[in-house]
Amino acid sequence: MERLGGFEIFSQVMWNFAPVWIGLIIILGLSVHYRNRLGLYGKLFDSPIGMAGLVLVLFWVLTAIFADQIATFDALDQLSGMKNKKPGWPVTDQEGRHYLLGGDNLARDVFSRMVYGSREVLIIAPAATLFAFMVGITLGLPAGFYGGRTDTILSFVANLVLAFPVILLFFLLVTPEIRADGPEFVLWGGNKWIASVPNLMALCLFLFPIIFFVVLWVSRYSTQPQKLAIYLAVTLVLGAWAYLGLVFNADPFGIFYMDPNLLNIFVSVVFVNSPTVYRIVRGVTIDIKTRDYVAAAQTRGERPWYIMLWEVLPNARGPLIVDFCLRIGYTTILLGTLGFFGLGVSPESPNWGQTINEGRKLLSLYPHLALPPALALMSLVLGLNLLADGLREESLKD
Amino acid sequence: MGSFLLKRSGVMFLTALCLTFIVFFLTNLDPNLEKLTKSEGNQRMTDQQVEDWLVKNGYRQNLFKRYGEWLGVAPGWTRTDADTGKVTGRCLKGGIAPEEASSFCGLLQGNWGHSLVFKEPIGGIIIKKLGLTGWLMFWVMVAMVPMALLIGVVAGMREGSKTDRTLSTFSIITTSTPEYVSGVILIVIFASRLGGLRWFKGTSASAMDSITFENFFLPVIALALYGMGYIARMTRASMAEVMTEQYIRTARLKGLSFGAVVLKHALRNALIAPFTVIMLQIPWLLTGVVIIETLFNYKGFGWTLVAAVGNNDIELMMAASVVAVLVVLITQLISDIGYVFLNPRIRVS
Repeated sequence: MERLGGFEIFSQVMWNFAPVWIGLIIILGLSVHYRNRLGLYGKLFDSPIGMAGLVLVLFWVLTAIFADQIATFDALDQLSGMKNKKPGWPVTDQEGRHYLLGGDNLARDVFSRMVYGSREVLIIAPAATLFAFMVGITLGLPAGFYGGRTDTILSFVANLVLAFPVILLFFLLVTPEIRADGPEFVLWGGNKWIASVPNLMALCLFLFPIIFFVVLWVSRYSTQPQKLAIYLAVTLVLGAWAYLGLVFNADPFGIFYMDPNLLNIFVSVVFVNSPTVYRIVRGVTIDIKTRDYVAAAQTRGERPWYIMLWEVLPNARGPLIVDFCLRIGYTTILLGTLGFFGLGVSPESPNWGQTINEGRKLLSLYPHLALPPALALMSLVLGLNLLADGLREESLKD
Repeated sequence: MGSFLLKRSGVMFLTALCLTFIVFFLTNLDPNLEKLTKSEGNQRMTDQQVEDWLVKNGYRQNLFKRYGEWLGVAPGWTRTDADTGKVTGRCLKGGIAPEEASSFCGLLQGNWGHSLVFKEPIGGIIIKKLGLTGWLMFWVMVAMVPMALLIGVVAGMREGSKTDRTLSTFSIITTSTPEYVSGVILIVIFASRLGGLRWFKGTSASAMDSITFENFFLPVIALALYGMGYIARMTRASMAEVMTEQYIRTARLKGLSFGAVVLKHALRNALIAPFTVIMLQIPWLLTGVVIIETLFNYKGFGWTLVAAVGNNDIELMMAASVVAVLVVLITQLISDIGYVFLNPRIRVS
């Protein structure tokens, strides 16, 4: 069997990404067709930068969804004789199959690991960013709206976290030891819960989405008790279910679950991102609360939380959406940094930062180990940044 | 101005206290202390022996008291052994007689402790490593700031033009390339067989003795590129805003050339905002420094931090954290003061 040439590698990689191309064509085709009805998203197609960003982001989202179809091997399969082999090397004993981008230090397929790595990032990064936004919004709105002492205290805490060198915080917070340190509690059904620093942080931070939605419904539907009851019941049941599963690892149905290591990383990333979101929300709120429609709502006798959540927040969506995209990119970089320092999810996991770290040790001899994940990470972050730029431009045109 | 400075310094002082306490708490968690004990004693110590050692060496006091001792505002612990009558204590390490020892020996007295990894007093290590990182930062600034300002000014000068679009896209690309990615790509292109260029070295270990273009270019550029994009975009936004001002139009209508308007009228006002951003970029570069020093094996401050964390060197970790926190807070203060100084429109009352 022969080693594949450059062109053959390229065409096979392209062929493997077929589900992504088909998905891209369908999504973009539909979007362009209905662009006039799609609001801000539809306007994105007027800006070449925004569209380029959208394509890159969609590419990786689709790759993550169809990873099982795209990858040629399992991310953890170690095949004999494939250690550090060059791109396009034929697999021993398997007719017609190749390691498209070569084999890594443990004889695993670099291409498949890169593909599966997208899954790791695209599950954690948006979710962590979303949580950070819930925390930032729930605290930033009252700080900006009320000002005074609430603002002073919250801003001091936010600045405290912001003054903490990020890398130091991660070194101290994401360690196997810290997870096991603390008083142990026995919960129902024999489940154990350790009051360690990351677990306590999860306890606080994961409350915010529930608080956010409860306040959201109460402030809006307090005059319609029936509707309010339904919304509240759904929120509380779902919230409590997820909360039990994620924080205490005690979901009776076993659907919501997070590996302790993953939880540690997740909580740290949310913790680092929240103060910045808080500052943005606070700034925008201070600006918006002087507007006429807020004064009108106050004259109508609306409650403060109604004004914050249903008058201020919807009008602050522009900067927040833009920052959301930027922040997912930043979180992706942070996760990569964590992986780079060996603080990743698990030692075998194909996440990009970790793969780059493993590859860099052999960089001058085998550059093909570190290059694919590096380029993958860069293109995803670039896509998100371009998308944010396009969105900003289009939202400013209004 | 005086009261503004006083208030800012007060908040900064409080922040520094809170942050160092948090670091102190996180580095002195039980598992870390246990590891420390076992590396000081031996790996096969029983739990009881570990506990005894910790009590004997003052690690089992109240956390706040220990923080005070470390900082140098509470008297160091002393302990008289019940059997031998020998007095030990925090300030008596290294065979100092109890009569001569001072009662306070913490950070404020200049006692930074002793490193486990380097087997040296920490004060000396920190100064040496900061010097090495200082050179890295210096060259990064030299490469980054002029490049970023130039790109920002040229792009913002004519907003929406083709030059603007190209340069803006370029700065977005650089902000999307974290140091560990650009470092890897640069090494592959310029220092490996695949790239074939081999112009520079993929490691900067030799730069610790003498910095040359060959061994220092790649780390500096990798750091500068990532930081540059952000400053460039800030400069562009600031420049674009200034260019729409009335006085610029007046100057143009007066008949001044475009170049003269940009250089004499726009630039001064456009550079106020980037100044603060550049100052705030310094703490942000810290993460990059840690990554780049690890990647290029340049044993400066960032590398030391990684080594301290990896080897559970608690006192070195604390010292490095103090330095990092101080750098962040001082640059924030300078950027605040600088902003007020440079911008006459902001009145501080």
